[in-house]
Amino acid sequence: MNAKTEHFSRNLIEFRDVSYHINDILRREVISSVSLAVPIGETLVLLGRSGSGKTTLLRLINGMLLPSRGQVLVQGGVTTEWDPIRLRRGIGYVIQEAGLFPHFTVEENVALVPSLEKWDRCRTAARVGELLCLVGLDPSEFARRRPRELSGGQRQRVGVARALAADPPILLMDEPFGALDPVTRAELQREFRTLAQRLQKTIVFVTHDLREALLLASRIVLLEAGRIAAVAPPQEFLRLEHPEVRAFAASLETNPGAPA
Amino acid sequence: MSPGSSGWSFFAEHRAEILGATLDHIELVLISMVIAMFIAVPLGMFIVQRPALRAVSIGIANIFQTIPSLALFGFLIPIPFIGGIGKRTAIVALVLYALLPILRNTYVGLRGIDPAVLEAAEAMGMTRAQILFRVRFPLALAVILAGIRTATIITIGIATIAAAIGAGGLGTFIFRGVALVSDSLILAGAIPAALLALAADFLLGMLERRLRVV
Repeated sequence: MNAKTEHFSRNLIEFRDVSYHINDILRREVISSVSLAVPIGETLVLLGRSGSGKTTLLRLINGMLLPSRGQVLVQGGVTTEWDPIRLRRGIGYVIQEAGLFPHFTVEENVALVPSLEKWDRCRTAARVGELLCLVGLDPSEFARRRPRELSGGQRQRVGVARALAADPPILLMDEPFGALDPVTRAELQREFRTLAQRLQKTIVFVTHDLREALLLASRIVLLEAGRIAAVAPPQEFLRLEHPEVRAFAASLETNPGAPA
Repeated sequence: MSPGSSGWSFFAEHRAEILGATLDHIELVLISMVIAMFIAVPLGMFIVQRPALRAVSIGIANIFQTIPSLALFGFLIPIPFIGGIGKRTAIVALVLYALLPILRNTYVGLRGIDPAVLEAAEAMGMTRAQILFRVRFPLALAVILAGIRTATIITIGIATIAAAIGAGGLGTFIFRGVALVSDSLILAGAIPAALLALAADFLLGMLERRLRVV
C-alpha cells in the first residue's frame, strides 16, 4: 500500500520489465523487457521506425493491450487490475486522422467523455466552449459543424479538445499530426508545445519524425524492434552514439531544408 | 397483350376487388417485414463480434434464400403450428426470405465502420454496448436500411406466390388469370404489385439517403 502511494506521487506511468507478444502461433515479441517511468508533467516522446512497437507501448498504457510479462502501472495501479473503462476515462487519447465520430457535431464529439460521465448540461456546455477556445476554434462558428465540414487541421484540434474534455491527468497521442500538410503540421506543433507547457499534463507522444520529437519532448525514448535503444532529453539526443540514433540523425541531415 | 381498352375497363369494373387485394398484399408484406426486421437486425448486432455464430447464421439465411419460393410454401404446409393453408404460413415463408438481405446488410454495415473511429471510442472508455448502440449502429443505419429496402422489394414480389397457399393478396388475380388464360386478370395482379415495389423502393431510398452520414 505504501509503495503504491509512493509511486503514484512520482510516476504517473511506469513500465516494469514489460514484454508483449502477439497471441498467435509465432508468438512474435513486439515489446521486449521495457522498463520506463514517466513522472508527472513530462512530455515523453516515443520515437522509432514503423513496427518498432511505439503504438503497442501506448496501448499498453490505457489497457487496450495487456502485457504478456511484467507490469504496467498507471496512477499507481496495475493495468490488469484496473477496470478498463475507468482507466480509459482518465486518459485522453488522440490519434492520426482524429477518429472523430462523423455522426456527431463538433460539440457532441468534445462532450463525449463528459456525457459518458453524466456531467450536467451546463457544466458540459461550458467545458466544451472553453476547450474549443483553447484549441483555437471559435465555438460560435464550429460547435454545430460536423467533422466532414472541417479541414484536417481543424479536425485534429477537435480531437485534442475531445481528449482533454474530462481533464484527464494523462494524454496519449499517436502520431496526431502525421496526416497533416507540413504548414498546418508546424502550426499545430507550435501551438501544442505551448498548450502542453500550460496544462501540465503527463503526455506520451508517439512519432517517427525526429524533428517533431526534438521540438515537443522533455525526454525522447528511442525504440528499436521492441526494445528501448536510447533515452535522452532532446538537447542531448543527437550527441548519442547509438547506431539507431545516428540513423535518425542522418535522416534529419539528408532532409532538404533541414538546418545544417 | 390484350386490347388496352378492355384491359382498362376490367380495371375500372373490378377496382374495389383490386384495391382489397392490394391492401391484403400490403398487410402481408408489412407484417412479414416487421417480423424479419425484429429478428435480423438484433441478430446482426449480436453476431458482429462472434465469428463462429456469424458463419452459421448467415449460412442458414443463405440456404432459405436458395429454396424456390413455391417449394418453400409447399414444404411449410404440413408443418404443425406454423404451417397449414393461409396467411400464417405465407408470413413464415416471407420472413425467411427477407432475413438474409437484412441480416447481411446489418452485419456489413456494423463491420464497415472506420477503424480509427472505433479505436477512439474504445480508448475514450466507451463500453462495448455504448460502442454498439451509440457509434456502430447509427453509422450503419443507412446500410441496414438498404438491406430492408432490398428485402421489401423481394417480399412484394414473392408475396404474389403466397396466393397459391390461400394467403390472398394480388397473387390471387395472377393465379386466376393463368388458369383462365386471361391477360387482364394477370395484369390486375401484376401492375399493382409492380407499382407497390416501385413505391417502396422510392420511399425507402429517400429515407436511406437522409440517414447516410459521410
